[in-house]
Amino acid sequence: MMKYRSLIAGACLSLIVLIAAAFSFAWIPYDITQLSIPDKLQTPNWNHWLGTDHFGRDILSMIMVGARTSLAVALLAVGIGMGIGVPLGLAAAAGRGAFIDEVIMRTNDLIFAFPSLVIAILITALFGAGAMNAIVAIGVFNIPVFARVSRGAALSLWQKEFILAARVSGKSKLRISAEHILPNLTNLLIVQGTIQFSLGILAEAGLSYVGLGAQPPTPSWGRMLADAQTMVSFAPHLALIPGSAIILTVLGLNLMGDGLRDALDPKLRKSRQ
Amino acid sequence: MIKSKKYIAATAIAFATVACTGFAASSDITVAMQLEPPHLDPTSAAAGAIDSVLYSNVFEGLTRFASDGAIVAGLAKSWDISQDGTEYTFHLRSGVQFHDGTRMDAEDVKFSLDRARAEDSTNAQKALFSGIADVAVVDSTTVKITLDKPNGSFLFNMAWGDAVIVAAESIEDIKTNPVGTGAFIFQNWVQGDRIELARNDNYWGSAPALESATFKFISDPTAAFAAVMAQDVDVFTSFPAPENLPQFEADPRFQVLEGSTEGETILSTNNKMPPLDNVKVRKAIAHAIDRQAIIDGAMFGYGTPIGTHFAPHHPDYVDLTSNSQHDPELAKKLLAEAGFPNGFETTLKLPPPSYARRGGEIIASQLRAVGIQAEISNLEWAQWLEQVFRGNDYGLTIVSHTEPMDIGIYARPDYYFQYDNPEFQSLITDLNATTDTEMRSEMLKKAQNIISKDYVNGYLFELAFTTVADAKVRGLWKNAPTQATDLTGVSWSD
Repeated sequence: MMKYRSLIAGACLSLIVLIAAAFSFAWIPYDITQLSIPDKLQTPNWNHWLGTDHFGRDILSMIMVGARTSLAVALLAVGIGMGIGVPLGLAAAAGRGAFIDEVIMRTNDLIFAFPSLVIAILITALFGAGAMNAIVAIGVFNIPVFARVSRGAALSLWQKEFILAARVSGKSKLRISAEHILPNLTNLLIVQGTIQFSLGILAEAGLSYVGLGAQPPTPSWGRMLADAQTMVSFAPHLALIPGSAIILTVLGLNLMGDGLRDALDPKLRKSRQ
Repeated sequence: MIKSKKYIAATAIAFATVACTGFAASSDITVAMQLEPPHLDPTSAAAGAIDSVLYSNVFEGLTRFASDGAIVAGLAKSWDISQDGTEYTFHLRSGVQFHDGTRMDAEDVKFSLDRARAEDSTNAQKALFSGIADVAVVDSTTVKITLDKPNGSFLFNMAWGDAVIVAAESIEDIKTNPVGTGAFIFQNWVQGDRIELARNDNYWGSAPALESATFKFISDPTAAFAAVMAQDVDVFTSFPAPENLPQFEADPRFQVLEGSTEGETILSTNNKMPPLDNVKVRKAIAHAIDRQAIIDGAMFGYGTPIGTHFAPHHPDYVDLTSNSQHDPELAKKLLAEAGFPNGFETTLKLPPPSYARRGGEIIASQLRAVGIQAEISNLEWAQWLEQVFRGNDYGLTIVSHTEPMDIGIYARPDYYFQYDNPEFQSLITDLNATTDTEMRSEMLKKAQNIISKDYVNGYLFELAFTTVADAKVRGLWKNAPTQATDLTGVSWSD
């Protein structure tokens, strides 16, 4: 049990966020589309467990719905990265050294060379701010990550005897990639996906902070931080609460990613026993 | 011996430095503001930031705004108006010099006014000069201006920053090296950071107490708060974060001046975009809005509710807020009558200031309560000017109209409100031709009533002018009758 402690701690934190987000569909303490100016800037109390913001909205409700925004943007962005990056990586590995490999990997290098958040800001500034564009902007930068990881792992798999056997039996490269390589990459992709997921949450918060993420009235943690900026000196909870939410979520996902890697890696599993 | 000489020199330098800093504290000032001027020619751009730095400090006009908004003598020490109100004879002060040493005389006045009203003029307020038929030099200190018809606000028009007197000799480089007649001489502009001015020792009027002044540009509200708190700046005009003002008020190191501006903050409405072209829909929007919630929520209480496009501190102001009391039930009823029982969707495009961004969230929530879905998009100023102000591609937007006495914009059907009412247009034409004070007052009141009853825009509040300053600074303008930071009367109390 002890050897899984980071996995358990991480999973617990992530689960709390996930449950809060899922729960917000059914019920939140207060309606956050209704502003109530007279109730503004309350510190945590019995009616508002985490206090209220500068518009008198309940911060707990904002955090819960904001979790939804963060998770949805990050999940879809990882989905884009995986959906496009993994097939590209597999194709590059299958055509190792060939033209296709060069084209895919050099294009990836090119995208990788850009500072991702700055380009994400550029994309959203060009095509308009909003959650959809934020998803695409963050997703694009997940593609080379997944392409590289899957190519690297696939290359070593291609050297394995069972792949050789499959080739000898006449299976096409496409079928081998889909039926033998991909299933063996699952663990790796889960771990990488968890880490990219946490980075996606950070990126979403960053974009929202500069006003390019989800637009009001959709709450988002990054914008809550930005709104709190000038009020930190007299209402620090406005910044501390969404800040803590971001930290705990990212921490949880990273711990879970590390824990999953340890738990799923057969080599590490053996050496520990 | 050599050693001791060095010691003495070092001590002398140290003393000199101490003396200098001690002295400097009472003779220079650092004034911060949010927006930096795009260039330094007040006669060829609409940017208020230019006037905020240069008006009265560097450039002066024939007449000028006093701190209470009254029109007083400027470079003209007096004037005579002909019986029929079409001839203004200005008597200029003698011995006034531009900062480059050239004399300011009647030729310069003629040059400035002819330049501003010329066909190819880039003046942002050409309407100020539109009634001028002729500018004639009588002698070196007398100018006769002929109008094509009487204009009751001509002296007011000549007080604007867009009507300041410039010289033909220095007009070439005015955008980077402004040469005026004011109490301060332009020294240096470090773009993106600051503009430096120094006292004009040849100034015609009473010499200012300050020897030099620095204008710093700090756009970020958080940085603005930090700069004032750390006392890096002595004054911050139009402080951008009203939520921080109570802290300054509570701090004995600072004083907070709360005054009025000419800034009518309005929910500008595209009067040609369906369904906003229906007066019932606009009336419904007006009744859906709770002004006090916006003032409290967006401005933390700073601001005065308005019911029309007019400054509440003006003697001719009519309080028409009762035309648009907060009444969501009435708003819903009006929407149903207009054929939108389930509301409708429109856009709400918001420029960067916090009154717009925060006010927009509050208004969107208030409109949602009566069924109107206003989709918020946050724009930068350049995008806002392009899409909303010039492109008319918007449903609703929030902006503060800071020009004084600007109700005349409603008579321009091509203006971005897209409001086309011939009755109002002829009223403004008549108003411009009327010099009788009482008749003008009646007409202004009528004009306020028309736009209020037509619900052209949602009238929210008059922007407050909030200045945070070191507690020892004296003589700052409390109100902002025009965009200006007049430093000629500013001094340190010790």
